[in-house]
Amino acid sequence: MKINDVILRTVVKSVVFIVLTLGIYLFFAGHNAPGGGFIGGLVLASAVVLMYLAYDIETVQKTMPFDFKKVAAFGVLLATGTAIGSVLFDVPFLSHTDAYYTLPLLGKTHLTTVTIFEAGVALTVVGVVVTIILSISEEGEEQ
Amino acid sequence: MIIKLAVLLPFLAAALIPLVHKFIKREQIGWFVLAVPILLFVLISSYIPHTANGKTYMHTLEWIPSLSINFTTYLDGLSMIFGLLITGVGSLVILYSNFYLSAKESLHHFYCYLLLFMGAMLGVVFSDNLLVLYTFWELTSVSSFLLIAFWHHRKASRAGARKAMVITVSGGVAMLVGFLMLYAMTNTFSIRELIAQVDVIQQHELFIPALLCVLLGAFTKSAQFPFHIWLPDAMEAPTPVSAYLHSATMVKAGIYLVARMTPIFVGVPTWFWLVTSIGLLTLIWGSFNAVRQNDLKALLAYSTISQLGLIMSLLGIGSLAFAFEFSDALTPVFALAGFTALFHLVNHSTFKGALFMMVGIVDHEVGTRDLRRLGGLLPFMPLTFSIALIGAFSMAGLPPFNGFLSKEMFFTAVTHLDSFNVFSLGSAVVWIPVVAWVASVFTFVYSMILIFKTFFGNYHPERLDKEPHEAPFGMLVSPFILCALVVLIFFFPNVLGHYILQPALASVYPSFPLEDITPHISPWHGFNTELFMTLGVIAVGIILYKTKRYWSYVYTFLQPRHSFNALYEWVITTTENNSQRVTNQYMNGYLVHYFTYIYIIFVGIIGSYFVLSGAFTFDPSKDSKVETFELMLVCLVACAAVALLFAKSRLSSVLINGLIGYCVGFFFIIFRAPDLALTQLVVESVTTALFLLSFKYLPHIKPEVASMATKWRNAIISVAVGSLVTLIGLTVVNYDKFEPISTYFEDSYELAGGKNIVNAILGDFRAFDTMLEVVVLFIAGLGVYTLIKLRNRKEAADIENK
Repeated sequence: MKINDVILRTVVKSVVFIVLTLGIYLFFAGHNAPGGGFIGGLVLASAVVLMYLAYDIETVQKTMPFDFKKVAAFGVLLATGTAIGSVLFDVPFLSHTDAYYTLPLLGKTHLTTVTIFEAGVALTVVGVVVTIILSISEEGEEQ
Repeated sequence: MIIKLAVLLPFLAAALIPLVHKFIKREQIGWFVLAVPILLFVLISSYIPHTANGKTYMHTLEWIPSLSINFTTYLDGLSMIFGLLITGVGSLVILYSNFYLSAKESLHHFYCYLLLFMGAMLGVVFSDNLLVLYTFWELTSVSSFLLIAFWHHRKASRAGARKAMVITVSGGVAMLVGFLMLYAMTNTFSIRELIAQVDVIQQHELFIPALLCVLLGAFTKSAQFPFHIWLPDAMEAPTPVSAYLHSATMVKAGIYLVARMTPIFVGVPTWFWLVTSIGLLTLIWGSFNAVRQNDLKALLAYSTISQLGLIMSLLGIGSLAFAFEFSDALTPVFALAGFTALFHLVNHSTFKGALFMMVGIVDHEVGTRDLRRLGGLLPFMPLTFSIALIGAFSMAGLPPFNGFLSKEMFFTAVTHLDSFNVFSLGSAVVWIPVVAWVASVFTFVYSMILIFKTFFGNYHPERLDKEPHEAPFGMLVSPFILCALVVLIFFFPNVLGHYILQPALASVYPSFPLEDITPHISPWHGFNTELFMTLGVIAVGIILYKTKRYWSYVYTFLQPRHSFNALYEWVITTTENNSQRVTNQYMNGYLVHYFTYIYIIFVGIIGSYFVLSGAFTFDPSKDSKVETFELMLVCLVACAAVALLFAKSRLSSVLINGLIGYCVGFFFIIFRAPDLALTQLVVESVTTALFLLSFKYLPHIKPEVASMATKWRNAIISVAVGSLVTLIGLTVVNYDKFEPISTYFEDSYELAGGKNIVNAILGDFRAFDTMLEVVVLFIAGLGVYTLIKLRNRKEAADIENK
C-alpha cells in the first residue's frame, strides 16, 4: 500500500513530538494528577501508531530500532521485579516506598518505587499495543 | 536467608541461560551450568555439622501476609537429605549429560528446564509454607513435562509427557485441596505450626478427607499403585533426565511429603493401612512387572516403582511408633522402619542413579537398549559392566553393597510387626513379611536379568546398529562416583547414619528421644531370620531366573486391555470426545450466539438477584438535575447506536462505534473523572486504528439473513439488557447494603504517598491486580503475535508424528 500524503506526513512530523512529550508528561503527572503508567503508555503507543500510519513500517523501524516484543517483556520484568524486589528488603511482596530527595536541576523531588512499577506498566502497554498492530498490518502486506 | 538464595539460584541461572547462550559455545553451556549444583551442594553440606547437632534454620520472607502465604524456608535433617540428593545427584547428572547429549541438541533449553526443575525441587523440600510448597510441587511437574518431551518430535515423548503431567498434576490438585482443609482446621499454612496443633487437627471432622487428599498427591507423584503407569512412559526422556527426575529426586517428592506429614497424620489406622498396603502393593507389582520388560529403561522404571513402594511401606510401618506411648522396648522397633526408609532412600538414589547412567552408556555406545538384541557385551565394555554389577547387586540386596544393609533392615522391620499388636494387625503380621520376601525374590531376578542378559550370553553383532565400544572417560565418572558411594556406605554406614539420617529421623519423630530410637547399622547380625530370608531370596531367585522361560507365560494373563494404561486411555479419550461434543454444540462460530448466551445469563443472574434481594429502589429526590447539554449528549449516543444497526459497511460502523466511545469520554469529563476520560479517549483512538487495520482483510459486510423469530428474540434480549443496565445505574445511587470503601482511599497520600487516588489504587492498594493484568496483557500480545506469525510453519508438521 503506497500512500503519498504530504500533509499528513508534515503534520505527523511535528505532532509526534507533542504526543510523545504528552505521553511522558502524563506518565510522571500520574502521581498526583490525572495520568499514570497505563495512560502514558497508551499515548506513547498511539504516537508510534501515528507514525506507522503516516510512513511505512521500514522507515519507522529505521528511526526506532526497538523490538517491541522485547520492550513489552522488559516492562513485565520491571513490574514483577519491583514486586519481588520489595521482598529482598524484608517487607511483604509488592510493598512500595517513597521519599523526598534533592536532585540537581530538579530541586526537591518526590521519588517513589511506584514510578518504577508504573514504568513497567507503561512499557508493557507500548510494547503489546505496537506488537499487535504491527503483526496484523505486516501480515496483510505479506499476502 | 542463605537457604532461600539456594532455592532461588537455579531459577536465576535458568533465566540467564537464554540471555547468554548466544555468547558461549553450545557444548560449553553444560560446564557453566554444572557450577550451580556443585556450589549449592557445597553450601548445603556446610550445614551438616550444625543439623547433626539438632539445629534447624528457619527464615521467613513475608509474601502475601494477608493470606498467610509466606516464603518460609526451613532446613532440618529431612530437608537436608533431600537437598543433598538434589544437588549432589544433580551435579553428577549434569556432568554426565555433558557427554551424553550431542552439541546438536538444543542444549540451552535442556539445561534451562533442568535448572528450573532443580530450583523447584529445592523449593519443595525447603518450604515450610504449604502453599509455597504446592507451587514448587506443580513446578516440578511442569519442568518434568518439558524434560520428558525434550525430544518433542517423537510422538511417544509427547504422549509420555502428557501422561505424567495429567496424573501428577491431578494428584497435586487433590493435595492442594488437602492443604486448604488443613488451613480450614488450623488457620495456618506453616508445617511447624500444624505439627504444634496436631490435637486440633486429629479431632476435626475434616481430618480423614484431608489425609486422603494429601496422600493422593504423594502417591501420584511417587508413582504408587495404581498411579504408577506414568513412570514407564516417562522413560521417553533423555537418560540423564530419567536418572535425575524419575529415579533420584522428583518421584521421591511424594516420599518426602509422607515423611514430612507423618507427625501430623500419624496415630490413626487409616494412615498406617493406606501407606503400608499401597506401598507393599506397589513393591510387589513393580518388581513382578519389571521381570517381564525387554527394554532396559522400562525394567529400571518398574524397579524404581517397586523400590518407591518399599520406602513408602517402611514409612507406613514406621508410623506405628506413634500408636502408643514411648517405651524403650517397642518404639525403636518401629522407628527402625522409619530410619530404614530414609536409609534406603539414599541407597536407592546411589545405585539406581548409577544403573540409569549405565543404561544410558549402553544405549549411547551400542545403539539399543532392547534386551532381545543385547548380549555378550562384557569384552567390549568392562568398565560399564562393573557399574552394572555393583548397581544391580546392591539393588538385589547382596553384600558388600549398601542395598544389602537396607534390605536386611527392611526384613527386620517387617518381621518384628508381631511384637506389638496395634490397629488389630491380625493376620497382616504374617502376610506383610511374605509380600516383602516375594517382592525381594523378583527384585533379585530382574537384577540378574539386567546383568546377565546385557553382558553375558551370545554376542549378536548383526542385531546392533553400532560397533560396541567402551564409553568415553567423562561419561564413566559420574556412575563411578555413585558406585564408590554404594560401596563406601556399606563399609561406613554409621557415618551416614549419624550425620544425615539421625537428624532426619528427628524431623519424622519429633517427640521421641533421638538417641534411643536411632539404630546402629551393622553389616553382620549373626545367623538370624533376616539373613536366612536373604539366603532364601538368592536361592529361589536363581532358580526362578534359570527357569524363567518355563513360567513367564503367567504374564500372558495380564492382557493390555485390562491394564490401568487402558483405563487411563479410556478416561482420556472419552473425556476428550465428550467435551468436544458438548463444546461443539454451543461453540458454533457465530458471534451472535455467544453474545446471546452471555446476555441471557447476565439478565438471568444479575437481574433476578436484584429483584430477589429487593435492591431496586428509586428515590428521584436524591438525583441531581439533568443539564441540557447532558441530554444532548445522550441523544447523540442514542442516535449513533441506532445508526450503527443500519451501517452498510464495516468502515462506517467502526467510525460510529468510535463516536459512541468519544461521547462516553465526554460524559467522564462532565462528571469530573479526568483519568477515566483520558483513558477512554486514548483507548478509543487506538482501537479504532486497530479495527481499521484488521477490517481491511475482511470481506464486505453482508446483510444478515435471519428469520423474524430470531430477530424478535434478539431484540427482546437487547432491550432487556439495556433496561437492566439502566435500572442498575439508577439503583446504585440508593444502594446501601454495603459500607462504602471510598473513605479508606481518601488517605492515599498518607498511605501511598500519592495524591491521585485512582493511581494510588492501581499502583499501590491493588497493585497485585495491576501486576497480573500487565502479565495477562503481555501474554495476550504474545498470543496474537504467535497466532499470526507462526502459523505459516505448518509444513513442519510432517516430521512431528514419527
